[in-house]
Amino acid sequence: MKALRRYIDKIKPHFEKGGKYEKLQSTFEAFETLLFVPNKVTTQGTHIRDSVDMKRTMSIVVFALVPALLFGIWNAGYQEMLATNPQMQATIPELFWEGLKLVLPIIVVSYVTGLAIEFIFAQVRGHEVNEGFLVSGMLIPLVLPVDIPLWMVATGTAFAVIFGKEVFGGTGMNILNPALTARAFLFFAYPAYMSGNEVWIHGLMNGEGVVDGFSGATPLSMAAEGNVQNLPTVNEMFMGLIPGSIGETSVIAILIGALILLITGVGSWRIMLSTVVGALVMGFLLNIFAVNPFMEIPAWQHLIMGGFAFGAVFMATDPVSGAQTKRGKYIYGFLIGFLAILIRVVNPAYPEGVMLAILLMNVFAPLIDHYVVESNIKKRLKRAPSSS
Amino acid sequence: MSKVINIKRGLDIPLSGEAEKVVKTAEPSRYYGIKPIDFQNMRTKLLAREGERVKAGSPLFYNKLQSDVQQPSPVSGKVVEVKRGERRKILEVVIEADSQIEYEEFGTAEPKDLSRDEVVDKLLKSGLWSFIRQRPYSILANPQDDPKSIFISAFNTAPLAPDNDLVVKGEKDNFQRGIDVLSKLTSGTIHLNVNADFPPSEVITKAKGVQLNQFKGPHPAGNVGVQINKLDPINKGDVVWYVYPQDIITIGKLFEKGIYDASKVIALTGSEVLKPLYYRVLRGMSIDPLVKDNVKEGELRYISGDVLTGKKISSEGYLGFFDDQVTVIPEGNYYEFMGWAKPGFNKYSAGRTFLSALRPNKKYRLDTNLHGGERAYVVTGEYEKVFPMDIYPVQLIKAIIIEDIELMEKLGIYEVDEEDFALPEFVCTSKTPVQSIVRKGLNLMLQEMS
Repeated sequence: MKALRRYIDKIKPHFEKGGKYEKLQSTFEAFETLLFVPNKVTTQGTHIRDSVDMKRTMSIVVFALVPALLFGIWNAGYQEMLATNPQMQATIPELFWEGLKLVLPIIVVSYVTGLAIEFIFAQVRGHEVNEGFLVSGMLIPLVLPVDIPLWMVATGTAFAVIFGKEVFGGTGMNILNPALTARAFLFFAYPAYMSGNEVWIHGLMNGEGVVDGFSGATPLSMAAEGNVQNLPTVNEMFMGLIPGSIGETSVIAILIGALILLITGVGSWRIMLSTVVGALVMGFLLNIFAVNPFMEIPAWQHLIMGGFAFGAVFMATDPVSGAQTKRGKYIYGFLIGFLAILIRVVNPAYPEGVMLAILLMNVFAPLIDHYVVESNIKKRLKRAPSSS
Repeated sequence: MSKVINIKRGLDIPLSGEAEKVVKTAEPSRYYGIKPIDFQNMRTKLLAREGERVKAGSPLFYNKLQSDVQQPSPVSGKVVEVKRGERRKILEVVIEADSQIEYEEFGTAEPKDLSRDEVVDKLLKSGLWSFIRQRPYSILANPQDDPKSIFISAFNTAPLAPDNDLVVKGEKDNFQRGIDVLSKLTSGTIHLNVNADFPPSEVITKAKGVQLNQFKGPHPAGNVGVQINKLDPINKGDVVWYVYPQDIITIGKLFEKGIYDASKVIALTGSEVLKPLYYRVLRGMSIDPLVKDNVKEGELRYISGDVLTGKKISSEGYLGFFDDQVTVIPEGNYYEFMGWAKPGFNKYSAGRTFLSALRPNKKYRLDTNLHGGERAYVVTGEYEKVFPMDIYPVQLIKAIIIEDIELMEKLGIYEVDEEDFALPEFVCTSKTPVQSIVRKGLNLMLQEMS
């Protein structure tokens, strides 16, 4: 490691102001600090600092996404096999390999596009590169269908990073969750590639060699069509052996991620809990007033369908675009769950209500916080003797 | 005794290097330094020039904005140096001490028999008024004010902080005399706050003319800011004063003996001190005799005060005016390969992102490394966990950053000072310099209000 450090110290001057590659300073710094925690010491305020930093926090989130990612890769291969050759007895590594060939390019494109834009903005602004995209870059592939063209991944990512984040001032300043911004952009710009029954499994779009009668529909679109009697079993949906976006199908993999976020304290339990409660409340209300088969689906089953679990665990809990006050988090989460199920069930054009509910509440989060803080201000004013 | 106030949110940072509970008398130092930067909002006007002789209690300088309060010399001797910084700002007034201290005489008196004006006059003449500070802003108190209450925190919860019971031992009469002085200064209550977890010393509990309150919980339960917020919160226009216990004893001695007896007990602490002990010293002493041959090898940081709020000094630097602790920790001037990715059994963190969370009772040798780069705010709920006041800390910090005076006022700026934000600064994932932001906000308010 000493040799590596010496090498970095040797080339460093070239990247500093006046050096040959000064335009790459932010990029160099990003890689340098990735390899080595810098030698900076405290100069003001507290003399000691907590060991945690943004890299640690973000890498915990990426770590929490790994179970969903690994399952998603395997499931991509598994679903393709079901669609094309259900008699085949493929092993887990074989299916994983098939899936990896489909998923890895999407991940690479997402990271390369997003990080390139981040590096450019950091350099122009003279900032250090923020670690936020390490998470967004992983979230984006996981909420996309496996058959999406790679140029769309790049377009969606670029849109999300530039218009969802950088125009507001970069990580920490954005109003909308960048990964969901990417998904929403693609959903509305290229609906044919983002919804329907044929995008979730590789090969279905060109229809080659698909087994007769195989639909490829997600449970949500089946339910929206009123086709509830053919829904996959609860077990299948919980395990994730169903078509869907790459990372969202397996509730169990997502729960492992949720556990990691909760144990490390990186994800907000208040938001996760209240999102689930909000969804259950809406689910029960729909059950009470049920007029069609979709409304009759037991409330709890909504939790394991579609992108709900993924959204509640990884998207709603984004600290930047979510509510920031304690009480605000409860309200914010509750409304996400509540609206997600409402949109999902009542508006057949958007079976995936979770994405829209979270984006909508992203917009309202500052307002929720404003009222929470305002009540604290009022309390303080009331406490003062009536001097006014 | 009143009910116990339970502070739930906070953090005790488990540092190694606690002082053994033995009080030694320190070898006298040759040099003593008084630092205007120990006082907030200071425009220093020098009274004793280089080469002049002073006695213990002679005024050295004062604040142009508050000309009646002068800062006294702790010893007699010759002013040998006035150290200046940028734009000739006075940093230190250094005195070479006589071997036998000569004292200015201020005359003895029993505070109970004096009027408020006489008490104030004595404190101002002797310079000991400098021990009395006010919230908001943590500036020196204005003798013309009648504070709605005076707060004394009789316990210190900061990392490796001295045990106050040990420090005040045997000073019951002077402590009471000091309290008598303070009770002349306010028509309100004197709150004397003790730690409910340990039976406090008789010196404290037997004090008369005070309201004894019990606090329980982690740091910052011992900070006056938190105690004021819980007992008698500051609204716009309110003034609350606060004084440290040892300074009350010194005030008591002034009335008993008629002199400024600058002695106090401090704790020499920190992982790099070979023999962490308590020492009886004179205020403003150079720490050289304490740390010489008493620290470990390596590049070290000497701090007058605790690791959260203290000031960096050199190994020959001077003890700060209000400090009762010296901490020595290692500097953190090194690169760590993939430090952020390690399991981190030995990395202390208030959160649970490192495996050190599995070893809750371990004590740590923490250095001054920043452990990462400064970032915009991302993580939420972090400050709130260590900030026990009914105030939204992040929102207040943001209001200060955008210099929105009205919003700062609404969010409670009058109730805080930088020490209240020391723990948020420590835990901050984004490495935001919170304390200096708070001070900037307070100074902005001061300007706006004057």
